[in-house]
Amino acid sequence: MDGMHDLGGKQGFGRVRHSRDAQVFHEDWEKRANALLAFAVKSGYLNMDEYRHAIERMEPRHYLAAGYYERAFTGLLTLLVEKGIVSREELERLAGGVIPLALPSARGRGNDPGRRRFVRGDRVRVKEEFVPGHIRMPAYIRGKAGIVVDISPAYPFPDAHAHGVHAEDEPTYAVEFRSQDLWPQGADAALVHVDVFESYLQRT
Amino acid sequence: MSEQRPVAPPERRVAALEAALESRGLDAKAFVDKQVRVSEEDWVPQNGARVVAKAWTDPEFRKRLLANGKDAVAELGLSMPRHHRHLVVLENTPGLHNVICCTQCSCTAYSIIGLPPDWYKDFEYRARVVRESRTVLHEMGLDLPPEMEIRVWDTSADTRYMVLPVRPSGTEGWSEERLASIVTKDAMIGVARL
Repeated sequence: MDGMHDLGGKQGFGRVRHSRDAQVFHEDWEKRANALLAFAVKSGYLNMDEYRHAIERMEPRHYLAAGYYERAFTGLLTLLVEKGIVSREELERLAGGVIPLALPSARGRGNDPGRRRFVRGDRVRVKEEFVPGHIRMPAYIRGKAGIVVDISPAYPFPDAHAHGVHAEDEPTYAVEFRSQDLWPQGADAALVHVDVFESYLQRT
Repeated sequence: MSEQRPVAPPERRVAALEAALESRGLDAKAFVDKQVRVSEEDWVPQNGARVVAKAWTDPEFRKRLLANGKDAVAELGLSMPRHHRHLVVLENTPGLHNVICCTQCSCTAYSIIGLPPDWYKDFEYRARVVRESRTVLHEMGLDLPPEMEIRVWDTSADTRYMVLPVRPSGTEGWSEERLASIVTKDAMIGVARL
């Protein structure tokens, strides 16, 4: 989905609020929220693709207003409620207030049966696809061409894995793009690398 | 019936989930306490700093690290979560600078370089560093000469990245331990050079 989370290349943001020795956590509940995700994964309640997608499904105003760990924890609670591990009513009673959750999921999809293997040095193009569910293709590379520089081991296919759809694992390719191809006349010169699942790619 | 209930603050939501799991007889609390310690004490940038110092002093290790990061860090007793199946180490040179990010969320090799700092997960860095790399690095205090090539790596899947900084001059003869003490999380993300 072309969601609020997909920020690469968006304009209008100010300077990075960087500090030396920046903190990871700011409050104790953030550490516990992070650890509860690990508990849920260990318990087999959810996988990382479902989790990422649950964050992406947050209502955009909530997504932008919440801090990182509130977004993460909203994703976790949304899945635990959707999967019936806990109920929203119980959580809200225990918390003494409303708990905003993410919006419902659209449908997922399987691998592209016509996908093909690539090798280092191949010139590839990212397909022009628009899917309603989870996808790990940042919009700024859609339709763009680049060169394969590395190949990963096979991973679960996120577009399926986030939706309980059966699919084969497939590798990702580190594809090197020129920033000038991604944003003509609108970027600092650089080589930008993105890990792209095999099903998202075609030959140029 | 039109009573508006307040939104529960995040710390109450976390406590509510812990209580709900507890009431089902699930021993989440002990696990969470332990996991909090892991996130604070085990997932620290000193791990990556050891890797960098070793690569600076042992050319054979450096070769193995660049060829297969995950296997090489395992030699130092470092592990990665099961879903991180591939660690790619990006070597800076005097003419090349690498910088990593995650435009869609927060992915990092956290068991090696430490959990990502707040600014890495903020919208400004995520939106801008892929498109305005030289400008963003400059704003963050890193001025790169115009002829230096910049390579940005967007962690968009489960391959994990870390930057191998250039060993600073004046450190000849230093022990691995002393070398590791100057390697920062920022340098392994690539927003600083040493």
